[in-house]
Amino acid sequence: MKKSYFAGIAIIALALLLLLVFSGAFYTVDQTEQVIITQFGQPVGDPIAEPGLHFKMPFVQNVNSLEKRFLEWDGAPVAIPTRDKTYIHVDAFARWRIEDPKTYFVRIHDERSALSRLDDILGSETRNSIAKHDLIEIVRTDKNRQSLHDETLKGGPTGAIGVLPPIEFGRQKIEDEIKTAAAAKLKGFGIAVLDFRIKRVNYNPDVLARIYQRMISERLQIAQRFRSEGEGESARIAGQRERDLNEIQSNAYRAVQRIRGESDAKATEIYARAYTQNPQAAEFYAFRKTLETYHTIFTKDSTLVLSTDSEIFALLKRASTKINDSSMPVETPAKPSP
Amino acid sequence: MDFKLPSAGWIAAILLGILLIVALWMSYYTVGPESQGVVRRFGKYLQTVDPGLHFKLPFGIDMVTVLPTRRQLKLEFGFSRPSYPTNPIQADQEPDEGKSMVTGDLNAALLEWVVQYRIEDPRQYLFDVRNPGETLRDLSEAAMREVVGDRTVDELITIGRQDIEIEALARMQELSKRYNLGIRVDQVQLKNVNPPSQVQASFNEVNKAQQDRENTINIANGEYNKVVPKAKGEADQTIRAAEGYRFKRVNEAEGDVAAFSSVLLQYIKAPEITRTRLYLETMSEILPQTGQKIIIDESLRQLLPVLPLSTKPGEGKQ
Repeated sequence: MKKSYFAGIAIIALALLLLLVFSGAFYTVDQTEQVIITQFGQPVGDPIAEPGLHFKMPFVQNVNSLEKRFLEWDGAPVAIPTRDKTYIHVDAFARWRIEDPKTYFVRIHDERSALSRLDDILGSETRNSIAKHDLIEIVRTDKNRQSLHDETLKGGPTGAIGVLPPIEFGRQKIEDEIKTAAAAKLKGFGIAVLDFRIKRVNYNPDVLARIYQRMISERLQIAQRFRSEGEGESARIAGQRERDLNEIQSNAYRAVQRIRGESDAKATEIYARAYTQNPQAAEFYAFRKTLETYHTIFTKDSTLVLSTDSEIFALLKRASTKINDSSMPVETPAKPSP
Repeated sequence: MDFKLPSAGWIAAILLGILLIVALWMSYYTVGPESQGVVRRFGKYLQTVDPGLHFKLPFGIDMVTVLPTRRQLKLEFGFSRPSYPTNPIQADQEPDEGKSMVTGDLNAALLEWVVQYRIEDPRQYLFDVRNPGETLRDLSEAAMREVVGDRTVDELITIGRQDIEIEALARMQELSKRYNLGIRVDQVQLKNVNPPSQVQASFNEVNKAQQDRENTINIANGEYNKVVPKAKGEADQTIRAAEGYRFKRVNEAEGDVAAFSSVLLQYIKAPEITRTRLYLETMSEILPQTGQKIIIDESLRQLLPVLPLSTKPGEGKQ
């Protein structure tokens, strides 16, 4: 009898437990959740953010759980004009959370509505901010950054290739601007924005054509400069070649002429010194040289007309020799007797 | 009627038995070698368990989420080559949009990159941000574009790549800390970086032009080297030849002079007879070899001096 008694109690206890469980007296709050208890549709009490097992009144009270974590918002890419009239596609995102669950619950029932509010508010703030700034302010962030230059790729005298246009604000400041402006409006919905960031900025397709054109002409300009530098350098080297050639050749000519001149002079000096070493030397030299030249002057084609006064023919007329030397007595021939 | 319903006790026993079996089945779990398990009891964080076999309370009281905390995870941007995915969100779902960049000099470029990261704090990863992986993806794109937005297209394509990787990594680490992602970004790697395909040709043209320039200069230098050293050599040659000429001239002169001086000495001893001798010797050599000789007596004055000029070359002279 006792056995069935305990068994009976156990079954009843189990049944009661199950009843409680299924009627919703227990509920869990996850680590990631915050819960608003509503009674007949109206929130009661404070939001419950403590995770774990909790109790509530069954049937009458309902559990509405909201996210405690940071949630996503991804704006659709929109075409926005900048202050300098460039149309760009801006794709932004934000992370937000439900900071004031009660207000959120009352004013926005589900995440879809929240996202739609975020779309409106963040979207319009983005549009406003971007329209207030030039394109470069949205592209660049660090105003102090100087670009590394590839020195060889400089453009022409007015070319600004490889230079970062200067900015005053920068992307971060604009993002902060948008965040701050939106946060004020979103506070009324119990939403806090952790961060707002621009994920992508791209040129509008029709603007792209213009951008590509500019890039192409920039590059072609550089290419042109390289080619012309090559030609210029080549011409300079050709000129150098001519100059060096002339220098070498004319220096050699000068040296050669000098050496030849010197050697001719030296030879002349040697000869002259020899032929004037004493009074008879010059005379003897002239005598010998004249005789030598006769060898070359008279050839077998020459015709010599000589007179008997010629010294060599002296013996044709008389026996004694006619000598230039006045020291020798001259024998006068005896007159032939008639 | 001999069929009797089982007693309440039996029913309870059978139910309990089934319950026990189910409970046992639901109360153990394994955590793989690269992972850790985060246990929540009634939704509240309980503990983080290491790899191995563990037990938990059944019937949904304890919930375990297993995270690959020791595996290096990858996110790919700007391309969608199927490689071995380390995690389900690895591939870029919008590679064409992902790769377009606007550079700091307001040019356009295409960039592919990879982010390698690790789940460092599983609690933060699970409880602070919903979709931390996607959040990291968004952050990564934003950070990379921020860094690229401060660089010129040339820095992006050539000289600044490493710099960009380092700075993007720093930025992503900063942002992921700020967002409480529980993620540590280990590395950022730039893959292909290109100018947009429409301008690619002009970028190649720059390289080609650079090559052309080098080529033109080399050719000019070649011409120079072909001509100038040779000219130098030839110049030296002429100078040497001139020096040779000098030796010849001087030596010949000295030789001639020495010969003359020794003959002169002899002449001075007997000048008259030496002169006569030399004269006669010369005559005896030249007169025979002279073609035509005409000897006229001096006292013959009737002869009309008529010079027979012939057309032969080598006219006679008087």
